[in-house]
Amino acid sequence: MEKLHLLFVFSFSWLASHLNMWLRTGIGNSFLLLVTEMLIAGISLLAFLVILCFFLGYMERKVAAFMEIRLGPNRVGPKGSLQIVADTVKLLFKEGLTPDGSDKFLFNLAPFVVVVTSMLAIAPLAFARDFQLWDVNIGIFYVTSISSMAVIGILMAGWSSSNKYSLIGAMRSGAQIVSYELSIGLSLISIVILSGSLRLSDIIQSQANGWWIFKGHIPVLISFIIFIIASTAEINRAPFDLTEAEQELTGGFHTEYAGMKFAMFLLSEYINLFIVSAIAATIFLGGWMPFHIGNLTGFNHAMDYIPSSLWFFGKTFFIIFIIMWFRWTFPRLRIDQLLNLEWKYLLPISMGNTLLVSAMAVFGWYL
Amino acid sequence: MTAVIIYATVNLYYCVVNTGSFPGYGINHYFTMGTATLILLLICGIAFAGGGIIISRMLAKRSYNPQKGLPYECGIPTIGSSWIQFRVGYYLFALLFLVFDVEMVFMYPWAVVVKETGITAFFEILVFIFILFMGLLYAWKAGALKWS
Repeated sequence: MEKLHLLFVFSFSWLASHLNMWLRTGIGNSFLLLVTEMLIAGISLLAFLVILCFFLGYMERKVAAFMEIRLGPNRVGPKGSLQIVADTVKLLFKEGLTPDGSDKFLFNLAPFVVVVTSMLAIAPLAFARDFQLWDVNIGIFYVTSISSMAVIGILMAGWSSSNKYSLIGAMRSGAQIVSYELSIGLSLISIVILSGSLRLSDIIQSQANGWWIFKGHIPVLISFIIFIIASTAEINRAPFDLTEAEQELTGGFHTEYAGMKFAMFLLSEYINLFIVSAIAATIFLGGWMPFHIGNLTGFNHAMDYIPSSLWFFGKTFFIIFIIMWFRWTFPRLRIDQLLNLEWKYLLPISMGNTLLVSAMAVFGWYL
Repeated sequence: MTAVIIYATVNLYYCVVNTGSFPGYGINHYFTMGTATLILLLICGIAFAGGGIIISRMLAKRSYNPQKGLPYECGIPTIGSSWIQFRVGYYLFALLFLVFDVEMVFMYPWAVVVKETGITAFFEILVFIFILFMGLLYAWKAGALKWS
């Protein structure tokens, strides 16, 4: 029966473990084995990220067009799907300019820092059932600490550009990212309290009988909303895109960047968008856990037959769609309004909410 | 970043020395790569960014004139240095952030054990958050959150 299940459900972990077994019989040396496996994993990861960024770029434009009742890209490729590829090729042929007055070393280092930090944050994500790059026991803490390093790359880019717009954009971005990190952390802590573990696979397992957003009543709903707002700010997306507010600061911290170096900032923005949505989907919406309703065995069984990777990506892209929706719904905030929102509203609310959740966990007021 | 590299290298080394094998996949039907992931992702990130920039450098046409090296501001030559004074408010928010960020780091281990420890842990964090909230109120009253 177990094998029959595997026939119907395409499973990444099955694929990976069989690939591993096959390699293990072929390659005796454990170092060579590790290198081969890292090579395969690295190439597939890079391919995945490139496809993801292309898809997110296309989705961003199509969603924008849908919201504004226009067509969006529709010339290059079927339904304009290759437009973003054409744009990348165009960027590839652009000269990567370094301004004369800039700090050249920091200017060229900044895109690397930004891309590497957003790559490192992928490590603990669970893409499918039992399919995870690094099941570290401090998963959530690791993600928050790594993603907070992105601000270093942004400040580096803004400061080294020798451009007043870049400097202002970078300072705004620094203040914004560090402020909203607090709310993100507190809303993550509320789930850690309920599941009692920082390990992402444990958090997903704790949602086997219902996702936290359903089990956790109103406090978890509040922290979910706070998480979505704060993570939209953390990745500098509209309505919190003050760092690159086009009308006032031209391009913000990446005004001076051109060609591929600029593309790196764009790519890392999309990877970050994916990561925050994946984290939200994992801790609030159950990651790869299928949707189950109480004792409806037939329904639950039918849901189990949908592949776990499909569940994960479905939830992630649902949240990505919501974040893209924000962009065309809310007007951009001013810097003082932005800081007020965090320090005078979100932070006190999330502190109170953390207390509420811990009371809930201690007194057992949840399923 | 450096800390991450050092941590990954040391961890990998000890794993090899102690268990005689690399932190590869676990038991059957379970895919996880262990600490090697950090090194893998680091290399991937550098290759991703570096590869793109180097390919673009080889393909792109290059030319130079003094006008191109100027900062892109508003069309007329820039006046003075770009490394100017900026608002002190950013520093105040950075300082406040440090306080609350350290608070959060303390709260992570607490959050893991609160369910087992029970009511004592709840009242302890009540006192902790109360004191910090007083700090936030003080900063608010002292005008650190005002942007004028």
